[in-house]
Amino acid sequence: MTATLERGINALREQIDAPVASFFTSCVSCGLCAEACIFFRETGDPKYTPIRKLDLMRRLWAREYTLLGRLGSLIGLNRAITEEDLTEWEELVYDSCTMCGRCTLICPVGNDITMMIRKMREGMSAAGHAPVELIGAAERHTDGSSPMGDLHKALHAHVKHAVAETGIEIEFDKPGVDYMVILSAQEVAEFPDILTAMARIFKQAGVTWTISDAAYEATNVGVQIGNRDVARTLVQRVVDAAEGLGVKGVISPECGHAYQALRWEGPNLIGRPYNFDVVHIIELLDQLRADGKLKTKGKDETRVTFHDPCQINRRGGINREPRNLMKMVAANFIETDDAGTMNWCCSGGGGVGANERAEGLRFKAFNRKKKQFEKVAPEKIVTMCAYCHHTLEEQLEEHGMDEIEVQGLTELLAEYLDDQA
Amino acid sequence: MNNPYFDLLMWARGPGFNIALAIMVGGIVLRVVEIIVLGRKKDVAPAKGNAVGQGLRTIFTRSVPREGLVQFAPITYIGGYIFHIGFAVAFLFLGAHIALVEGLIGIGWPAANRAIVESAAALAVLALIALLYTRLTDPVRRALSGFGDYFVWMLTIAPLVLGYVAVNKLFGDPTLMMALHILSAELLMIAFPFTKLMHAVTFVMARYYNGSIQGRKGAES
Repeated sequence: MTATLERGINALREQIDAPVASFFTSCVSCGLCAEACIFFRETGDPKYTPIRKLDLMRRLWAREYTLLGRLGSLIGLNRAITEEDLTEWEELVYDSCTMCGRCTLICPVGNDITMMIRKMREGMSAAGHAPVELIGAAERHTDGSSPMGDLHKALHAHVKHAVAETGIEIEFDKPGVDYMVILSAQEVAEFPDILTAMARIFKQAGVTWTISDAAYEATNVGVQIGNRDVARTLVQRVVDAAEGLGVKGVISPECGHAYQALRWEGPNLIGRPYNFDVVHIIELLDQLRADGKLKTKGKDETRVTFHDPCQINRRGGINREPRNLMKMVAANFIETDDAGTMNWCCSGGGGVGANERAEGLRFKAFNRKKKQFEKVAPEKIVTMCAYCHHTLEEQLEEHGMDEIEVQGLTELLAEYLDDQA
Repeated sequence: MNNPYFDLLMWARGPGFNIALAIMVGGIVLRVVEIIVLGRKKDVAPAKGNAVGQGLRTIFTRSVPREGLVQFAPITYIGGYIFHIGFAVAFLFLGAHIALVEGLIGIGWPAANRAIVESAAALAVLALIALLYTRLTDPVRRALSGFGDYFVWMLTIAPLVLGYVAVNKLFGDPTLMMALHILSAELLMIAFPFTKLMHAVTFVMARYYNGSIQGRKGAES
């Protein structure tokens, strides 16, 4: 056994706990998880059946954590995991799973398959079988300040621009304010108008905020690649900055996995709760709406639909909030089939969008959303995740539907904000 | 009393049953302990929803498929329901089975009409045949299936068929058929803890974990 293979298997062993054992024990190979999976549904290839993507982990569990399996391996049953197995499973664990979580909600015995994929990636990456693009992003982020390289200059330029445009001051590293805002690299690089939007909305609502120069980045490639050490380092950066500034809370931006990483995995990664709250920006905006602090004027009259980011809705529980806000500013808001908790993934989540090897598969998988969009024929798609936003634009262009506009919900709200109120 | 199969029947009803019961109960305890000792780390992220409440609720709510899914795998869903209900009725409401349970734990309940019990058994058998058909012909299910899946299928259908044959004296020596029915049920009991049949116990844990993980985040399950 090679050193890296052994490291991978050790990392995988660390992931096996009572829930995992109860899930594998309960699986009756009914195959219903396949119906939930966008990759199976759009390709029809049985290898994409979600529970099958976990077969190596299941084998390890059966071999080492059950009495019968241990006896069986003595007489040569239950093959050990090999390097070839890991190579074969790379595509199944990284390319054809966005960790969207639909299978977890469908499994009749209740297996949280998505959570097990997250765990299996810990073993895969420790064994050196993670996609090169994610490894590169992890290196850029841990050595620098963002997975896309150094975005400091770009961020400062965008802040300067937002200040000039709105006349509202945005201060870096200001202690004692209500919130520290963190951003998705995608927002800094592609959708910087979010800064203008936040500046105006928060001014109206009387919310004070700042950005940390040392920890402005929200994304966390560690939770996508499956590397707890990387994930912990990146969460710790945000925690140190927020606790150093003494803010009341950190606003998790329109980014799916960033919310999972900071709000749910983060405290467990660093081993303690934070001294501040984490709130998703859409949760906060809906709270401001409920408190009467978010006032809008007029409505978008175009035909608008909403795309639910998996990590924020299905796996994050933020479902009603965006709809409350959509109704405030969209006169012709129409939902697609399966909208809400059972929405289909944009096909780019869980690191799949950054993985070049998965490009063809991703374009195929998008056919599901394409059909759903065609049915409601929107002029605009609104979402609350910058990476969904990026993926939707890329996919709409690829599928010849780029006449449809894509917009972040915070930006849409800012467009109809009543600055005089 | 010269039936050559009488001794076999007596063994099956006496020592055979006791052995099978001991292995089943001991095996289930072992398997459940095997799972629980692995533990799980305490979640220190502040909860948004009620993890325990939703975990407990999900044990029940997951018995109903989400809207629009049945049409994609009708045989698996409908066959699954018919099999489970049919098997439960045939097992729990036949007079002789109730007497057996009463002898063991002292609790009994009224038996159902024989026509109901036999129809339930027949439906369960038909459902199992349909489920085997989809396992063999559907590419997803065929790819997922291994020896264990087919072995468990045989172990499950055998006592249903043999019980039906023995009770109705359809063919073979009735004493032999009854002995075979009991022996096949005992094989099922022995295999229970060491095969996917264990899902009948651990689904409660799996659904609880699933519901509590989602519930903690305030997300649906």
